[in-house]
Amino acid sequence: MFVFIIRRLIQCVIVLLTVSLLCFILFQFAGDPVVNMAGKYATIEDIERVRSSLGLDKPFYVQYIRFIGNAAQGNFGMSYVSKMPTLELILERLPATVELAMTAMCIAFIAGVFLGVLVSLKPHSVFSRSIMALSLGGISIPTFLMGILLIMVFAVWLGVLPPFGRGETVNLGFWRSGLITVEGLKHIILPAMTLAMFQLAVLLRLTRGSMREILTEEYVVTAWAKGLPPLKVIFKHALRNALIPVITIAGLQIGEMIAFSIVTETIFQWPGMGNLLVRSIFETDNPVLVTYIMLAALIILAINLVVDILYAYLNPKIRYE
Amino acid sequence: MNKSFFKSKHWYNFRREPGAVIGSLIMVLFFLAAMFAPMIAPQNPYDLTEVSLEHFLLPPVWMENGQMPFVFGTDDQGRDIFSTILYGCRTSLIVGFGVLLLAGSAGVFLGMLSGYYGGRLDAFIMRAGDTVLCFSTSLLALFFLGIMGQRGVTMVIIAICISGWVRYARTMRGSTLGVKQEAYIMAARATGASDPTLLLKHLLPNALAPIFVVMAVDLAVVIGLEATLSFLGVGVPLTEPSLGMMIANGRDYVYTGMWWMVLFPAGALIMLVVGINLFADWLREELNPKISRKT
Repeated sequence: MFVFIIRRLIQCVIVLLTVSLLCFILFQFAGDPVVNMAGKYATIEDIERVRSSLGLDKPFYVQYIRFIGNAAQGNFGMSYVSKMPTLELILERLPATVELAMTAMCIAFIAGVFLGVLVSLKPHSVFSRSIMALSLGGISIPTFLMGILLIMVFAVWLGVLPPFGRGETVNLGFWRSGLITVEGLKHIILPAMTLAMFQLAVLLRLTRGSMREILTEEYVVTAWAKGLPPLKVIFKHALRNALIPVITIAGLQIGEMIAFSIVTETIFQWPGMGNLLVRSIFETDNPVLVTYIMLAALIILAINLVVDILYAYLNPKIRYE
Repeated sequence: MNKSFFKSKHWYNFRREPGAVIGSLIMVLFFLAAMFAPMIAPQNPYDLTEVSLEHFLLPPVWMENGQMPFVFGTDDQGRDIFSTILYGCRTSLIVGFGVLLLAGSAGVFLGMLSGYYGGRLDAFIMRAGDTVLCFSTSLLALFFLGIMGQRGVTMVIIAICISGWVRYARTMRGSTLGVKQEAYIMAARATGASDPTLLLKHLLPNALAPIFVVMAVDLAVVIGLEATLSFLGVGVPLTEPSLGMMIANGRDYVYTGMWWMVLFPAGALIMLVVGINLFADWLREELNPKISRKT
């Protein structure tokens, strides 16, 4: 197990280096940020001065090596636009994004697994069929559209929930939380539902499929036959085993979750990292972009590693050599 | 299409599954609408000589102030919503099939090599695939388009293909591993067929069936993703039609009660994706050898 973790950590470092190198190579083909930054009336000398002040006059590999060296010390450079350290800019917005994503993931996992179990027990009932039809809608409606439709219904027509922003937040040390005020909770409902809906449908379908297979297994039939209470059979015997593939997939969905949190944040003007990323794309604020990408890569790799380790504990059939 | 197709088990099962029939009818409807958009649409919304600002923000015809021929109303630039939807579906389907073709062929090729040769090559391709996939198709596409800063249909197709090939490669690898064991492959090898002949003529046609399921599911995903990217403003440029961009444009007018700019393109997008998913669900069950059908 220890060797396995070490090997995976080395792999993670290689992936991170590859990601950063690819970013740098792509930037060579992308537009020149200096022209934008120097302003409309800049002379050639001005442009050159800006270029050298940012270190962009150096050859490609020097820029890259310098970036890696600084990044290893937690310094990802300054934003071209706000002149602030990019890591600080992004981390400042981290709590908003994490709260949104965690709330969405909880909704998706609890509701998805619960409904999946219900549907798997009576697959041909009217209730199950309508849930499955709705879940088809859930996987077919793109997240951005789900957000807009929810805004139209709950904010514009019914007027019961706020359509944008994060509401009142409270500062808990370094963490600015919106989950402990009534206003904040009201504001998180729509974006969290938006972000959760797709995952909910995916998890529901997975749980249903996995449960239907497990329910035909002999040990489950035995458990029924010996007269165990239904709840015990369903949750202890069947669901526990049915959840193994579901958890693996849920862990692998983290990349998707980050992508869709970007979409959700733009729609609801949620003051998180995703919103910052989209703005930085339009401002060609490359340092912010790179920092975001590296941070996203780090989070995704870390979660994948944790899922792999959890998987070994959950499923005794798997042992990493 | 020959006679034997209509007598086949697949056609029999297909006719008896309402979801599959409805799904494919929707798909055919959209393909035809997209293909003949210039003939059906009352105006070409991207031809400035045909669009007039006089007709801006008109509601659908059945509402007060609605005007023919603007059945679904117009947007803030005076473009006919119905026509823009038709042209937008064109973009959706071009991107969809572009990705299917590009990612599909790359994935099938890599997956076949991976499954047939195994060893280091296999390990490398699959490892790379795992890594790319854990970043997710949508995130990679968004990052790529964000860095490149260029917009357009080709860019969107490339962006989605960065990780789009992996599912095809995995599926193809699996089915290649199965087919590889078959007697006819060994027979072909025994007769001295070269590797390219063996792979392309004997292995490929027999290992391809599961790829169609991946393609059907993928088409729905890619169309949704194109709309999402265009909605965010990193997809197709403003000068080209896209359902996602229509919804982005109409979004600000929702608060003033002008819902038609959002709901009609949204309805079209949802219908198209649901239709494809219905068909894909059926195809998955139909081509799954593990599930024996009752018929």
